[in-house]
Amino acid sequence: MVGTEVAPATKEAVLDIRNLRISYGSKVALNDVTLDVRPNEVFGIIGPANSGKTSFLKAITRMDDFNASMNVSGQISFLGKDVTKWRNVFALRRRVGVVFPLPVGLPLSVYDNVALAPRLGGTKKKADLDEIVERCLRRAALWDEVKDRLDSLGSLLSGGQQQRLTIARALSQDPDLLLLDEFSIAVDPVTTMRIEDVIRELKNEISIIMVTNLVQQARRLADRTAFFLNSEFVEVGDTSPMFEGEVQDQRTHDYITGRFG
Amino acid sequence: MARSAEAIDERNLAWYLDRAVRVFVFVGGISAIVLIIGIFVFITREGLEFATTTLNIKEFFTSPRWAPTSETRPTYGALALIAGTVSVTGTAMIVAIPFSLGAAIYIAEFATGKTREVLKVLVEMLAAIPSVVWGFIGLSIMNGIIIQLFNVPIGLNVLNAGVILGLMAAPIMTTIAEDALKAVPDDYRQAAEAMGATRWQVIFKVVLPAARNGLVSAVLLGVGRGFGETMAVLMASGHSINIPDSVFDSVRALTATIAAELGETAVGSDHYGALFTLGIMLFVVTFIINLTADLVVRGIKKR
Repeated sequence: MVGTEVAPATKEAVLDIRNLRISYGSKVALNDVTLDVRPNEVFGIIGPANSGKTSFLKAITRMDDFNASMNVSGQISFLGKDVTKWRNVFALRRRVGVVFPLPVGLPLSVYDNVALAPRLGGTKKKADLDEIVERCLRRAALWDEVKDRLDSLGSLLSGGQQQRLTIARALSQDPDLLLLDEFSIAVDPVTTMRIEDVIRELKNEISIIMVTNLVQQARRLADRTAFFLNSEFVEVGDTSPMFEGEVQDQRTHDYITGRFG
Repeated sequence: MARSAEAIDERNLAWYLDRAVRVFVFVGGISAIVLIIGIFVFITREGLEFATTTLNIKEFFTSPRWAPTSETRPTYGALALIAGTVSVTGTAMIVAIPFSLGAAIYIAEFATGKTREVLKVLVEMLAAIPSVVWGFIGLSIMNGIIIQLFNVPIGLNVLNAGVILGLMAAPIMTTIAEDALKAVPDDYRQAAEAMGATRWQVIFKVVLPAARNGLVSAVLLGVGRGFGETMAVLMASGHSINIPDSVFDSVRALTATIAAELGETAVGSDHYGALFTLGIMLFVVTFIINLTADLVVRGIKKR
């Protein structure tokens, strides 16, 4: 029954985006996006490659700060505050967990991978770290597989395990918002299903933006879905009606029914 | 009708060329091994007879008295020379490690575009400066500076040679350390940044640990360079036999001793044998250092 449980609009949005425009030099990557992400929802973003989906995620955490060629205009409010007005960009990023398409197990032990963010944030006590590491690994459905080898290198885990390690690491920041950028691209179907279960669980606590190439994945998981096409923000709506044909734009229907893309 | 195998099975030019290249490359590869064994055999043959018969091994390692030309009683104590080499190399590393690591981090992590390219070229040019030029700088410039700055009688000492040697070793260490940092995938940096790590935290918590082995081998190669350097140390160290109490004492290095004395000894004499014994020791030490550096680098790939 995913899709019917949309969070009430009265609740304040976690993320509020108005007229967002991203360009690299003269090339526009994404144009005129206006949408909001509500508490405890999975927000799906679908669209073919080069539609500006990843740029969108980068803009949220101001990853453009070190990239002079990336231009962001418009307004992105996170927790009610314009991200460009956050004085400490690192504090902002700590509130937003990111999972990249390809799993990145840092060349540290499994334990240190998950403990890194809390340590960066100043948590030092072993007992606290132990608790965080176990909790995050459990939430990422990885604990049972790695609890006996927390000291081995994270980069030695299998691809699927590394991707869940990455999720555990993102959770260790205790984020309000989790950004998943095509998390299943390098993961086998069984692991994908496990991670999808994890996402359904996490939704009870935080908001999740899920960028995906797999239209059916959005259908399975997302409460609402936005469609990006060739740098254009086509539409956003509740997932179920959208997949049942209630679209504002014919191209959305064509894309999700597999006519192109 | 199918052609018969005999008609097309011929050794043509390409076949012979392939053979020739294989032999050529094999000889090139083998020559490295042949050369290193050859050099080792040579210095061992020249030095071993003396080292095993005439030389008092205990005196060699414990006596600071190096007086091979003494008419009455020649002594071959290498302790002061070892102390000289070690103290100069140690000082050099104190200078070179922060410089080269700082430079490598700046080039690999911060500098962009033109700045980066220019810096890389400059660092490589620094590495190409002949050691005698460095020695000259030590002798003519550093000498005066040290005398004035620290109010000491002689400016040719451990400090001088150490600083010169450190500046000499820093470029090559920078290049190797920078390669090690560049080999750290950008994904790691991006992942750490996404976690809210500052630039400083990204470098110290993620990039440096990931590049650790490469950095260690950079330092070890710098140490090897320090042990082996001759001319600059000869010119800047003061070249006087001495176990240094402070960095302002003049010392003499193992390499400089061989360079300065070998020309004046009769082939086959005790003095000649003693110098080759120093050579054996240097060879073994630098071999061990380089081997360790190499094994450390291999360590990365295994993990």
